[in-house]
Amino acid sequence: MATPGLRTETAAGLRKTRALTIAVVILQVVGNVALSRGLHPMGPLVSLSPWPYLRALATPWVAGGVLILALWMLLNLTLLSRADLSYVLPVTSTSYILIALMGHFLLHEPVNLLRWVGIVTITSGVAIVGGTPTRTTPDVLEKADE
Amino acid sequence: MRWVLVSLIVVCNTLGDVLNTAGMKRHGEVDDLRPRHLLHLALRVLRNPFVLGGLLTLALSFFALLGLLSISNVSFAIPVTAIGYLLEVLLAKLALKEQVHWRRWLGASLVACGVLLISL
Repeated sequence: MATPGLRTETAAGLRKTRALTIAVVILQVVGNVALSRGLHPMGPLVSLSPWPYLRALATPWVAGGVLILALWMLLNLTLLSRADLSYVLPVTSTSYILIALMGHFLLHEPVNLLRWVGIVTITSGVAIVGGTPTRTTPDVLEKADE
Repeated sequence: MRWVLVSLIVVCNTLGDVLNTAGMKRHGEVDDLRPRHLLHLALRVLRNPFVLGGLLTLALSFFALLGLLSISNVSFAIPVTAIGYLLEVLLAKLALKEQVHWRRWLGASLVACGVLLISL
């Protein structure tokens, strides 16, 4: 734990990292839901020509979704500047749980036993990773080998 | 064809995340989270070659995923991307020199299994 150059995690810093994590998860879910809601009525969208994509972008749900996902990317990068990738990746997969629960409670999609087991499995994985220190690399990467 | 897309998705996604992390760690810890500062950060980050490379590879992975979704269903596409999870943790250890504690391996494996179960 006492690696030279390793930042000690302050309570305020940890709070910021946690708040960023929550914001990243919520933005990812809201962005993806908006995007799929906007794209779904349009049918398959696979083309080498940019026109179908541009036309999709002109609709409010898709434009809103893209804007939210751009903000998601910015906050995700901010989070990655503070925390390990091997921490961020498992912890932000809370979004899978939220999407499954939203499908169940808002859209009344049936959730079978296998899916509940999946939800519990992801939750326990998130809880275990969430208990590890958020960052294990030195503040400046280039100085890691000194 | 679909395995070509699967490899493209997993490789680009992993590479994109690793490049983004490397770029942001070189950028230094962002502590000021006020909107104005974050907007400024967005412009600065686009001049960071690591992040630029990361965003481009992630975009490629996204379009490959759209392609995969058009020729196969979600229950094939999502579990396959879950495999990438453990690959990313491995690269975080090897390339980014993160100290991946066994609890993190366990947690990441549980998440990958859970994603598989959810999409079955």
